[in-house]
Amino acid sequence: MDTRNEKQKILIVDDSEMNRSILADMLGEEYEIIEAVDGTEAVARLNIDSTDISLMLLDIVMPNMDGFEVLEVMNKRDWIQDIPVIMISAENSYSYVERAYELGVTDFINRPFDGMVVHRRVINTIMLYAKQKKLVELVADQIYEKEKSNSLMISILSHIVEFRNGESGLHVLHINMLTEILLRRLMKKTDKYNLKRSDVFLISTASALHDVGKIAIPGEILNKPGKLTKEEFEIMKTHTLAGAEMLDQIPYYREEALTKMAYQICRWHHERYDGRGYPDGLKGEEIPISAQIVALADVYDALTSVRVYKPAFTHEKALEMIVNGECGTFNPLLLECLAEESETIRDQLRQNSIKQESERNTRNIAESLLEYDEISASERTLKLLEHERTKYQFFASLSQDIQFEYTSEPPMFTLSEIGARMLGLDEIIINPQEDKRVSMISNEKMVEEIKALIYESTPEKPIVQCDGEVLINGEWCWSRVICRSMWSSEETPVMTGCIGKIIDMHKEHAKLEELQRKASHDGLTGLLNHSHAEMIVREKLLEEKDRDYIIVIFDIDYFKNANDRCGHMFGDKVLKHIAERLLSSTRKYDITARVGGDEFMIFMEDRKDIEGIIDRIFHALSGTYEGFDITISMGIARSKEVGHAYEVLFNCADWALYNAKKNGRAQYFFYDDSMKEVLSAISSIDGEE
Amino acid sequence: MTTKECYDMIGGDYEGVLGRMMRKESLVVKFAKKFLEDGSYQSLKDNLAEGNVEEAFRAAHTLKGVAQNLGFVTLYEPGSMLADILRGGSMEGSEELMAQITEAYEKTVAAVREL
Repeated sequence: MDTRNEKQKILIVDDSEMNRSILADMLGEEYEIIEAVDGTEAVARLNIDSTDISLMLLDIVMPNMDGFEVLEVMNKRDWIQDIPVIMISAENSYSYVERAYELGVTDFINRPFDGMVVHRRVINTIMLYAKQKKLVELVADQIYEKEKSNSLMISILSHIVEFRNGESGLHVLHINMLTEILLRRLMKKTDKYNLKRSDVFLISTASALHDVGKIAIPGEILNKPGKLTKEEFEIMKTHTLAGAEMLDQIPYYREEALTKMAYQICRWHHERYDGRGYPDGLKGEEIPISAQIVALADVYDALTSVRVYKPAFTHEKALEMIVNGECGTFNPLLLECLAEESETIRDQLRQNSIKQESERNTRNIAESLLEYDEISASERTLKLLEHERTKYQFFASLSQDIQFEYTSEPPMFTLSEIGARMLGLDEIIINPQEDKRVSMISNEKMVEEIKALIYESTPEKPIVQCDGEVLINGEWCWSRVICRSMWSSEETPVMTGCIGKIIDMHKEHAKLEELQRKASHDGLTGLLNHSHAEMIVREKLLEEKDRDYIIVIFDIDYFKNANDRCGHMFGDKVLKHIAERLLSSTRKYDITARVGGDEFMIFMEDRKDIEGIIDRIFHALSGTYEGFDITISMGIARSKEVGHAYEVLFNCADWALYNAKKNGRAQYFFYDDSMKEVLSAISSIDGEE
Repeated sequence: MTTKECYDMIGGDYEGVLGRMMRKESLVVKFAKKFLEDGSYQSLKDNLAEGNVEEAFRAAHTLKGVAQNLGFVTLYEPGSMLADILRGGSMEGSEELMAQITEAYEKTVAAVREL
């Protein structure tokens, strides 16, 4: 913190306003004072931000949450390591003071408050902590830097070996993980090997180098797809000593703990507990524990992986073979560890291990830092990071969206758990551009479009989106893909990948369709409304000039009476009833519509025996409904007779209807030329009382 | 009335408080006046009357602390004794001490008002 520009913040927690006020005045202008009236308020403030408080003055006796409880929370949340606390209680009985020290307070200020004492104690404590923090950061950075470069070099080296061996890229990773799992278990079981937590990191890191000596083995032997001859096997065996020698001859860093550990592992990871291994025939505990563990891990991974000379065995089979001594004798204690961690090993190795790798690294670095007691700042940062990640994962797990991340180096596609499930993909996909399963979840056009959009995005405008079909839960769903390209923080930013999510728009799409349906249909009967029916009929008439059609218009006789006598509710029921009858007596591809009050329209293809069809429909629509006798009047016009113009066809049907009414209703009329001179005046004769 | 006279009148430790307040008389006056607004005496009285030992303890504790900070010795002493009794959950002898506290409190408040 820069003290020149920013005042240090002191949190005063006391239920007495007087006391807070006195302390604030005594501390003067140099500090920014934040006050809390009790423990809960103090914790609430720290919860918002615990990093900006330089010092806390804490009373013990307070309502709601007392000072001891505050200290307990600060211990649980690891705030106590970074925020010095000075007790300001009027209580100074021995038990109080002792308990407070145990809970991590730095100092006491007794009452009555003495201005000079308060001032000096506060300054001293803050300075002490600041100095320590700085030191801690310095050490932590150095350790981190060192371990980062170690890991990097080892990773490069071991991949060279793997590449040459034609092994899967995961072998080293697996050995690394197995070694760590077994080590942790071993440490829980016994302390006879005197292993420290930092050794876990050291040994599992060094384990990556176990086969480094294979660089010295001729390729024909290394990758021979069959059993090695006795001579070849003897050459193969030299990789242990070769590796050890290489490490021994490193000009620098020979005294490094990591180098020494790697030496042990290289040289002795083929020794066996009964003394029948190679190269030195060490026996029992003569073999360093690091080499014993890596030996076991190596055997397990070799058994469960495909090799040029063998298929992959299952986890269970591999365990059985090891326990039966088919791969040599191992330390019984280690076999116990293997058995006890069986499930963990099976599960962790089956999953794609890359994600875990980074998690493990974080944990390992965090834990080795723990060895240095004073390193609390960096630990805290890690914990904050961890906290952020947990938070992110939690929210991601609640969200029903498919969230993803793509990094270009290495080319890797990571999906949220739920996203992976919905798309039927793995959570982590290496080289997604070449992965068929990835290209299957959408069509090529969409994929190309997204790619192009992302490539065209800039750091200033990183967000792009595009809609299309995506295969979600096995169904093609209309979806929106929103991406944000990610950029490096260099002066000229380079795109490092992107993050984004796929939103299922299916529901919104359906909603839109529902709206469209509402706009085109009659709300009461569910039939098409007049304007929409007209649009469709016009299209049909225009498109299919070779076909013949008819338009039928009908209305319900004396419908007004039904309304007047039985109320509009009943009228509505009659209309619905008619609509149902109409639908059941026509075919799916006939167009039926309610074109006004009680007036309906049918549009259908003119076909053989159209008179019979009309007659059937006419009778189907007539009948009794809840005591009300329904008859209809109907007019029909044929395009064969009057042509394909919609207006003409409709008006002719209307004229025919008029004729039917004029002739006493309850009948249907086909339009013919004799009606030509009659004018449509439906409204004028519809005044039936 | 000067601050010293005021403290002398109520049997307070003026030199002590002045020293702790970095010899700023203005600060002593400021906080002595602020004492008039402090609710811990009232809270102690009320809670004691209602038999709320726990709340009464807290009030006595606060009153004691404040009195100590301000050098109100005659108030601090019975306050401290009462806090000790109440801390144990007992109210034995609290009446007598409360009477002393009330006397000292009223005297103190009356004198501080004159400042």
